[in-house]
This record gives sequence, C-alpha cells and structure tokens, in this order.
Amino acid sequence: MLAKIVASVFLFVITFLPRLSLADWAVNMTEGVTDVSRSVYSLHMQIFWICVAIAVVVFSVMLWSIIHHRKSAGAKAAQFHENTTIELLWTIIPIFILIAMAVPATATLIDMYDTKESDIDIQVTGYQWKWQYQYLSEDLAFFSNLATPKEQISNLAVKNANYLLEVDEPLVIPIGKKVRFLLTSNDVIHSWWVPAFAVKKDAIPGFINEAWTQVEEVGIYRGQCAELCGKDHGFMPIVVKAVPYEDYLVWVSDKKTIIAEQEAAAARVWTMAELMEQGEKVYQTNCAACHQPNGEGISPAFPALKGSVIATQDQQAHIDIVLNGKAGTAMQAYAAQLNAVDLAAVITYERNAWGNNTGDLIAPQYIQSLLKDK
Amino acid sequence: MKNTSEHYYVPNQSAWPIVATVALFFVALGAGLLLNSGSPIVLLIGFALLIYIFYGWFSKVVEESEKGLYSRQMDQSFRLGMAWFIFSEVMFFAAFFGALFYVRTLAIPWLNGSGSHAMTHTLLWPEFIAEWPLFHTPAANSSVPSALPDPFHLPLLNTILLVLSSVTLTISHHALKIGNRHKTINWLAITVLLGLAFLVVQGIEYYEAYVHLGLTLQSGIYGSTFFMLTGFHGLHVTLGTILLIVMLARMRKGHFSAEKHFAFEASAWYWHFVDVVWLGLFIFVYVL
Amino acid sequence: MTSISATEHHGPEKGLMRWILTTNHKDIGSMYLIFSLLMFFIGGSMALIIRMELVEPGLQVVQPEFFNQMTTMHGLIMVFGAVMPAFVGLANWMVPMMIGAPDMALPRLNNFSFWILPFAFTMMLSSLFMDGGAPNFGWTFYAPLSTTYAPPSVTFFIFAMHMAGVSSILGAINIIVTVMNMRAPAMTYMKMPLFVWTWLITAFLLIAVMPVLAGTVTMMLTDIHFGTSFFDAGGGGDPVLFQHLFWFFGHPEVYIMILPAFGIISQIVPTFSRKPLFGYPSMVYATSSIALLSFTVWAHHMFTVGLPLVGELFFMYATMLISVPTGVKVFNWVATMFRGSLTFETPMLFAIAFIVLFTIGGFSGLMLAISPADFQYHDTYFVVAHFHYVLVPGAVFSIMAATYYWLPKWTGYMYDEFLGKCHFWCSFIGLNLTFFPMHFVGLAGMPRRIPDYSLQFADFNMISSMGGFLFGFAQILFVIVIVKCVQGGKKAKAVCWEGAKGLEWSVPSPAPYHTFETPPNLPDEKYP
Ligand code: HEA
Ligand code: HEA
Ligand code: HEC
Ligand code: CUA
Ligand SMILES: [Cu+2]
Repeated sequence: MLAKIVASVFLFVITFLPRLSLADWAVNMTEGVTDVSRSVYSLHMQIFWICVAIAVVVFSVMLWSIIHHRKSAGAKAAQFHENTTIELLWTIIPIFILIAMAVPATATLIDMYDTKESDIDIQVTGYQWKWQYQYLSEDLAFFSNLATPKEQISNLAVKNANYLLEVDEPLVIPIGKKVRFLLTSNDVIHSWWVPAFAVKKDAIPGFINEAWTQVEEVGIYRGQCAELCGKDHGFMPIVVKAVPYEDYLVWVSDKKTIIAEQEAAAARVWTMAELMEQGEKVYQTNCAACHQPNGEGISPAFPALKGSVIATQDQQAHIDIVLNGKAGTAMQAYAAQLNAVDLAAVITYERNAWGNNTGDLIAPQYIQSLLKDK
Repeated sequence: MKNTSEHYYVPNQSAWPIVATVALFFVALGAGLLLNSGSPIVLLIGFALLIYIFYGWFSKVVEESEKGLYSRQMDQSFRLGMAWFIFSEVMFFAAFFGALFYVRTLAIPWLNGSGSHAMTHTLLWPEFIAEWPLFHTPAANSSVPSALPDPFHLPLLNTILLVLSSVTLTISHHALKIGNRHKTINWLAITVLLGLAFLVVQGIEYYEAYVHLGLTLQSGIYGSTFFMLTGFHGLHVTLGTILLIVMLARMRKGHFSAEKHFAFEASAWYWHFVDVVWLGLFIFVYVL
Repeated sequence: MTSISATEHHGPEKGLMRWILTTNHKDIGSMYLIFSLLMFFIGGSMALIIRMELVEPGLQVVQPEFFNQMTTMHGLIMVFGAVMPAFVGLANWMVPMMIGAPDMALPRLNNFSFWILPFAFTMMLSSLFMDGGAPNFGWTFYAPLSTTYAPPSVTFFIFAMHMAGVSSILGAINIIVTVMNMRAPAMTYMKMPLFVWTWLITAFLLIAVMPVLAGTVTMMLTDIHFGTSFFDAGGGGDPVLFQHLFWFFGHPEVYIMILPAFGIISQIVPTFSRKPLFGYPSMVYATSSIALLSFTVWAHHMFTVGLPLVGELFFMYATMLISVPTGVKVFNWVATMFRGSLTFETPMLFAIAFIVLFTIGGFSGLMLAISPADFQYHDTYFVVAHFHYVLVPGAVFSIMAATYYWLPKWTGYMYDEFLGKCHFWCSFIGLNLTFFPMHFVGLAGMPRRIPDYSLQFADFNMISSMGGFLFGFAQILFVIVIVKCVQGGKKAKAVCWEGAKGLEWSVPSPAPYHTFETPPNLPDEKYP
C-alpha cells in the first residue's frame, strides 16, 4: 500500500513537472535600486544565514539522537534532566545574536524614517482601486489605473509579460533626487509598495504617512497595493518610471500641456457619437470595476446602472452623484478625478448604454460650468 | 491543601446550559436582525429566555447550596471563577479606556500636526485645532455639543453616591460576618437605594446631554468615548443593582450564614469593581 | 437532575440527550474535538477553493469578491473554530485526568461554553448565504473596510464573534479554576505536567485578551450603526486604533494557539525518548515569559502603518526577545531526545516534525520582526508561509500528535499504526509542498489576499496548490484512523506507551466515565 501511495505521488509530480518552466524562478528578495533597498537586502540575507546556521546546529543534534539513540539500535536512556551551565549558555548566547541583528536593523530603520530635506514631494492617494499622484510643487495631478485588459484576466486572451503590473499613467520621478511620498487614502486603507525601492507604507484615510526614495538607475519599477482594500485589491498595481532629471522636467511640462488641452476641449460642442465613444472608455476604466462592464452592478454592494431610476430618469440627480459621490459609500466624487469632457461623456454613456435609451446628451460645457461654480 | 475532593459535587446532567445557549443565540441573532431589518421580535424572545434561564439556573444553584451539597473546595471554585470573571470585565473596560487614551494622546494631536504628522495637518485638516474635550471634529460633525456636563455637578454627586454605596455594602457585609442579619438587611437595602439613585442621576445626565447640550453618540470621538464608557458602566451598575436586590431577597428568605455566603460576597466584589471603574471614569472622562 | 450525592455513580445516559445535557468533562472534551475536526474540514475546504483559484494566473474558479470571502472565512474558521476548540477539547479531556480531579471545576458552565460554539459558527457560516455575501475583509477585519465599506452581514459576524468570545472566556475561567483548585493534594504547581502548565498560562491569556476583542467589535458595531467615530479620522478617531486594539488581542491569540502545543510536545517527547523532560523548571519559566512578552509586541503586525520611530524600535526589540524563551523550549526538547532511547510511533513522528517545522516558522517570524526587512515582507506570501508553518505543522500537528497519543486512553483500543504513519508522511510531504514555496513567491513580491497574480509567480503557486490538495486529502486518512479506532482494534493497556508517565496512565484504558472521585497519590517521587 505504501508503495502504491509513493507511486501515485510520483506520477502526480511527473505529470505536472513539464508545466513548470525551471528558468527564471525568482526565489529571493530583490536587491533593488536604492541605498535603502540594498541595506534591507543585506539585513535580510544576514538574518537568513544566522537562522540557517542555528538550524544546522539544532537539527544536527536532533538527527544525531535520532540515528544513534534509537531504541532499535540498542540505546539505553540516560536519566539526566538538567544542567544549569548549558541552560544559561543557550539563554545568553541567543541574546547576543539578537543584539548583533538589532544594531544594523536600527541603523537602517532610522535612515528609512528620515524624510527631511526632500527635493520633490508627491502626494499619493489610494482610491478603491487606483492611485492618484499629486506633484505638490507642480500643480500637477493624475490617476493611475490598471491597464491590463479584462479579456486577459478572464483568460480570453493571451496575457502580456507584465500582466496585472501595468498601468495607463505611470508615476514619473527623476533619478538622483530625494523624492518624498505623502501617503493617504480616500476610502479604505491601501498600502503603496515598490519592492525595488524597499518602500512600503500604508495609505490611511485621514492621515498622511511619509516615505522617501532616491533612485539611482533609470528604469521602470513595478509594485502592487499591499493591504486588502476590497474586491479589486489584487488589481491596483503601481508603476514608477525613473528618468533623468532633464527628461523629468520635459515630461512635467508635456503632461501639463496635455491636461490643459483636455480641459479646453470642454469648450467645444461634442456630438452624441463622440461622447458615447469617449464615455465608454471612461466608463470601462473608472466605473466598470464596481458597476460592471454591462452596467448590472453586483447586488447589493454596487447598484446596477442599467435601468436604474437615476440613470434613466432624474438627470440632475445622476450628475450630482457622479460629481459629488455619496459620502460613506464606495461611490467616490468624480468631480475631482475626471475632467469636464470625461464626466459629460460618462454620464451620457450611462444614460444611453445597455438599453438606457434616454437619448439625453450632457454637454461638457454644462459640466464645466458646474465645476467652475464649486 | 487539605484532601477535600471527596466531597466535590459534580452535578448530574443539566438542561440549563443548552437553554442558556439558545437564549444567547436568540439575543445575538435578534440584535443582528433588529439592526439590519428593524424587527425586534427575536431579540425580545431572546431576552425573555435569558431572564428565564438566569432565574432558573441560579435558583437551581441556590437550592443545591441550601441543601449543603457544596464543600469548601466547591466554594473556592466559585470564588476563583468570580475573580477571574471580574478580571475579564476589567479587560473589557481596558479596551475602551485604551481607545480613550490613544485618541487623546496620539490621534488628535497627530491630526493637528504634532510628531511626524505635520503634513497630516497641512494637507488634510488645515482648519482642525486639537482640543479636549473635542467640540469641533476634523470633518464637520453632525452634532456639535454646546457645552459639556459639569464634572462637579451631577458626576460628582454620582461619585459620592457610588463611593458611599461601597461603604454601606461593606458595613452590611461585616454585619453578616458577625451574624447580625437585621443590620445586614438594612445596610444592603440602603446600598440598593444608592445604586438606584445613581442610575436615576445618570439618566438625568444623559437626558441633559442629548436634549440640551447636543452631546450625542454622533458628536465625534468625544461623544463616542463618553457614551460608550459611561454607558457600559451604567449597564454594569444596573446588573450589580439587580444582583444586590436578589441578595436582599435571599437574605430576607433566611439564606446565607456568617461562614457561608459566597453569592453575597461575589455580588459585593462585583459592586466594588463597578465602583472602581467609576472612579477611573470620573477622573479620565469627566475631570481631566 | 435528582442526584444528591456526588459519589453516586452515574454512567453515561443514552442517546442524543447524553450529549446535549452532559456535564462530564470527557463527553464535553469529545464534543469539542469533533466540532473542531468538522470546522477543520470546512475551513480546509475553503483553503482548497483558494488554492484552486491560485493554480494559474487569471480568474478561473471564483470571482474576486467571493475569493475574499473565502480567505476571510478560512482564517476565521481555522483560528476560532478549529485550532482553539481543539485545544479546549484536549484540556477538557486531559487536564482533570492529569491533575487527579474528578471533573472540571464548573461542569455546567463547561457544557454552556461548548454549546455556544456550534451556534456561533452556524451564524458565522450562514453569512455566506446572506445578501452581499460573507465577511470579506480578512480575518483581521481592519476598519474602515470592515465598517463603512462592509457588507450587511458584518453585523452577524460581530455577534458571532461575541458569542465565540463568551465561550472562550468561560472555558478559560473553568480551566484556570480547575487547575488552581482541583489538583490532587500532593501535586504542587512545580509538579504539574507541562500540558497543564501551558494551559494554565493560555487560559490566563484568553481571559486577558478575549474581552478586548469583544470591546473592539463592539466599537465596530457602534461605528456602523450608531454613528460613533472610533475608527474615523473625520470624527477625531483613527483607523489605526482598530489595529492596535485588534493586535493587542491578536498577538497573544497566536500564542494561545501555540502554548498548549508546546505542552503537548513536552508530554510526548519524554515518553518516546524514555527519559525525563530536560529542564522542567526552565520550560515553565520560558512559557511564562513568552506569555508576558506577548503583551508587548502587538505592533509588529503594524510596522508599515507609520508608527513613530521609537514605537517601531520598541516593538522590534520586544518581538526579537521572544526568540530567547522559545529557543529554550526547542533546546530542551532536543536535549530530552539526546541520549534517550527513541522509538518513532505516530505521535512521536508528529512531535519531531513539529519541532523542526515550528522552528523554521519561528525563524521566519524572527525575520519578520526585523522592522526594516518587514517593509519588504509585510502582507506578502512570506507572511502567509510564516504563519502556516507555525500553525499547521505547529498547532495542527500538535493536535494530531495529541490525538494519536491519547486515543488509546480515550477509546481503549490501539489505532492502526500503519495508517497513522501513512497519514503522517502524506501530511508532512503535502504541507511542505504547500507552504515552503510560499516563502519564495513572497520574497519575490507576491502580495497576500489576491485572487490573481502576475506571471512570474505561476510555477510556485501551482506546486503550492498541488501540495494543498495532497495535504487536504491526507486528512481523510486521519478521520479513517479515528473512526476505526473508536470502533475497535487491539485492546490498549493502561500504560499503552512504554515510557509514559503521569496520572492519566494510572487509570485503565478506556478511562472510566468518572475518574478520581477520590484524589489519587502521585505515581512516583520524582514526578513529573
Ligand atoms: C501559532 C502562531 C504563531 C506563532 C507561534 C508565531 C511566532 C512568531 N511570530 Fe508570527 N504570526 C502568526 C502566528 C504566529 N507567529 C500569524 C497568524 C501571523 C499573521 C497574522 C495576519 O496578518 O494575518 C503572524 C505574523 C507575524 C508578524 C507580522 C508580519 C507582517 O504582517 O508583516 C511578525 C513580525 O514580527 C511575526 C513574528 C513572530 C515571531 C518573532 C515569533 C516568535 O514567537 C518565534 C520564535 C521562535 C524561534 C525564533 C525559533 C526557535 C528558536 C531558537 C531555535 C532559538 C535560537 C534563535 C535565535 C536566537 C535566532 N509574526
Ligand atoms: C490554524 C489555522 C490555519 C490552518 C490549519 C490553515 C490551513 C491551510 N491554509 Fe490557511 N490561513 C490561515 C490559517 C490557517 N490555514 C489564516 C489565519 C489565514 C489568513 C486569512 C486572511 O488573510 O485573512 C490563512 C490564509 C491562507 C492563504 C492565503 C489566502 C490569501 O492571502 O488570499 C492560503 C493560500 O494558499 C491558505 C492555504 C491553506 C491551506 C492549503 C491549508 C491546508 O492546511 C488545509 C488543509 C485542507 C483540509 C484539511 C481540507 C480537507 C478537505 C477535504 C479533503 C475535502 C473533503 C471535503 C469534505 C469532506 C467536506 N491559507
Ligand atoms: C469603488 C466603487 C465604485 C466606482 C468605481 C464607481 N461607483 Fe458609482 N456607485 C458605487 C456605489 C457603492 C453606489 C451606491 C451608493 C448608494 O449607496 O446610494 C454607486 C452609485 C452610483 C450611481 C447611482 C445609482 C443608483 O441607482 O442609485 C451612479 C449614477 C453611479 N454610481 C455612477 C458611477 C460612475 C459614472 C462611475 C465612474 C466614473 C462610478 N459610479 C464609479 C460605487 C462605485
Ligand atoms: Cu488597494 Cu489593496
Ligand atoms: Cu504577532
């Protein structure tokens, strides 16, 4: 019977092994690209090897006993049951080992906590389920959403190399500068984590936490939200592009121009078709997570918009809830998140998609005027 | 320890625990239903059952005790059980006191920018000013108190009432120990009256707070800690008073002797515990 | 209910009422154990759903909202429904027998403590069928995800926790009182078996922290329904306050799940080494130090919430310090085996595996305690690997070891040694396959509580899932062994293990319905 079990386990493993590509198995922590991340890595390795060493000693004694002090090998039990010297030794030696670990750990921690004298401050706000980045000295702010298409998640399309770790608008920071992150949240607790920087800090609603990094190498660094924040916690990645300072300045001014252009577009007249097309895009990135791509929602947490009273009848109420959200629920205030065109487009879309055939067209100018009034 | 286990009374099968369980379940389920859909029926059934089993189970124990089934060791088990139960109650209050200290010494100053939280104040709550008691919360609160209960008015009166009641209870207990039943009963009755007076005064205070001062559960963290601490304390006083009333009734029925009166003592411990909690409340919730 | 004299012999009644009305510590112990096994299978099935979803990247089996419910319920049920009741069940069975008491000190309360549990968990599990689904905010239920943003079933979850809390507190009071007041006259504290000692300390922890949990969920309740602001910065509260309160309970809670395990291992290792336990007094002191220290380390679960630097340092040092007394225990067990005369029956196999694998889990715990490094580990599968190593081959293995060790005493029959060993080896291989690779994906950056993950984690996750199924199905063997043993087999002697010492072995197997109606004398002078 034992043989049979062993054989089936073996078979099981053989069947699955070919599916495991033995190449590029990441098994350890990244060393990262900052001073801090490297000291964290070396701390990690140091403790790891100490633990391995202790394990070897302890388990060797145990193995020795198992082999040599078996009854079947004729061992007779000794009857000793204490030895003050050795008991003192194995209490005191570990204390010294711990002190040896605590010293470098303290130094690294103090370094991580030193957020003073930063060159650039970025406020990072967690939302269910996206990040907002505000460059405090630049008057520049935008949202960063998951860019992986739904089809890939539901296995209807081949997955990209950076599956689930790609966003529409990455955070851009310059290398060689001390960047301070001011973390907070708009709803529940999130946690902003980029392994390559060894930065992980919780974003807590109502409080600001500080963290900092100084990246040395140009590159694209990826991370994920690291605190359970609801349904799509697994789908709110972080992408940071570190670029030379000059490129960063260029990017900032380009970005500002684009945003200004988008805002200016509210002034012109938009056709129904244009709004519907734009609206669908906005809806799929911003609203579909809760209200679902087909507008049917997830009862009872997220109401259906398809056929809902608000989305088919009272136009003002519809505009109001999209712009101002509803306090104490997951429904956020989108006035602060989207520009007038996108707001108008998404409301128009909701009022005409999935059989909500109201025929209403919400003009971006009108939304613009509402936003100005605030 | 003397070899007394021979007489340890192991009760036979009993139906009270399972009825108590069902009662507890109905209370929990009923409270959930009440909060989620507004129907109090299950909760009421639960409470009715609970009262029934409290009465029944304790009557049973009293009956056994009066029959003399309980040895000294058994008595000791009851004492230890009660002592550890009170310890668990202490820890329950510790959670609320902990919350109070945390918000007062950490959270509120942080919201005002102290420590490493300068940016919390600058970016999120620039208008917020730390104070205690907290009238104006960071986000505009739905009910801003106009004033707070004056600690040296009703609360002081309550402090006096409770401390006094601890004293009268102790007198009563001493009388019991020397076998003076009459005196025991009288002082116990006075204790019960003091307890009831406390509850009435607290009722008045709550009424004032809600109706005249605008201090409610919704008044931000001050209202939250204020009502939760005093409220749970009030519930414990209520329970303690009921215990004392039961003791009074039993005294009058002729229960208890100078040597054996565990139930009386347990109620007294409970009462003193409630008193000590009040002193903590008076200092940290009202005065400081 | 007519008994007058305690010395009157009442054997078990017949039928269902025996179990519902019983005041007998053995009956109640059995009910706790069976309940816990049932919960282990329910919680385990949820783990298997989790593992099924995580076989490959992409969403295939369940939707994210259901996945979160599975994670939450799995954690809650395993912790509060499987491991804790199992230990209480063992305490019920063994503590009176080990100290020479006729029963638990407060037998009716004992019945009450048990019967609350099935009701509490019925309520908890029924939330799966409620509108909006079961709790989905993790077993740590951090506010405001568990308050403002929670599904309606959270109210029932809160009351279920209250009930489970009442059960634990009353159960713990009973155990403390029994140990303090019911010992056979010659049994001084420093002669108590270690299982009794560890349970005494565990009971103290339970009474100290369960009420704090009750207070915490009460604050959640009022935040949700009555507009208080404990966990809302807008009202002057703080979401992080929730975490402080939770972990003030939560960290001692994890030691509640391991101290009785230490006790069990300290019974089994000497038996199968045929040698007295090494360093009995230091075991007692170590256990007490672990318990006391456990009140001072809670914020090591919160290194990334933005604690002030001094707080961070304090909690790091205090946490690291716990390794010292825990190390003492590990060294003592190894020293007990050293120069013994070892045999390897199933309980001993589980005990040895416990020592090795728990130590590995302890080491990863120590790594987590290093605050700067925890910034990289926190909320990744490295943490999941850590706590499954201390909980599965830790707590769960010790429960299985205890079951094999005392099963002959309970049933009067020897279990099937061959099947027991099969169970051990399948479990051992299965759990290492499941949980070891989690260290790798965790270090490589896979967050926990996600239903879907990026491609570089695929291979190890598949191995984990395969291991999970192997481990899970191996548990069916466990049930088979138990059922067979209850039904019959080779008769067990009173002392069914050659090296077994202690009062529980001085009564026949199966232990009579009532043991020690008069306090026994201790078996020998050098006891324990
Ligand atoms: C039975 C349960 C149990 C036990 C016993 C432990 C034991 C320990 N745990 Fe663990 N832990 C959990 C259950 C447990 N834990 C759970 C459930 C979580 C996650 C909760 C959640 O978030 O969901 C968790 C999470 C957790 C964290 C938070 C991680 C994070 O979220 O970022 C930390 C951090 O410090 C930690 C540390 C420790 C330490 C230092 C020990 C120590 O007690 C270990 C001590 C043991 C040893 C060190 C090995 C033996 C010693 C020697 C051989 C001596 C020589 C050694 C040296 C001197 C190095 N644990
Ligand atoms: C004592 C506690 C305990 C135990 C024993 C286990 C056991 C297991 N756990 Fe557990 N786990 C936790 C406590 C525990 N866990 C906690 C506290 C969390 C954190 C939750 C949170 O994040 O909030 C967690 C989280 C957790 C995760 C992470 C989920 C996530 O982050 O999203 C995973 C993933 O693999 C996992 C897997 C497993 C597996 C495979 C087992 C296996 O050991 C299970 C073995 C399986 C069985 C025993 C099932 C047997 C069933 C059958 C054979 C089917 C037959 C069915 C019937 C007869 C009905 N657990
Ligand atoms: C994080 C989840 C979430 C996201 C993202 C979200 N909503 Fe909502 N939405 C909600 C919830 C929850 C409600 C219900 C609020 C309540 O309790 O009345 C809601 C309600 C609504 C309603 C009112 C529906 C009704 O019948 O009551 C409209 C309209 C609406 N949302 C539009 C949008 C639009 C437009 C977007 C994107 C730009 C969006 N929502 C994104 C969660 C979300
Ligand atoms: Cu945001 Cu998890
Ligand atoms: Cu811990």
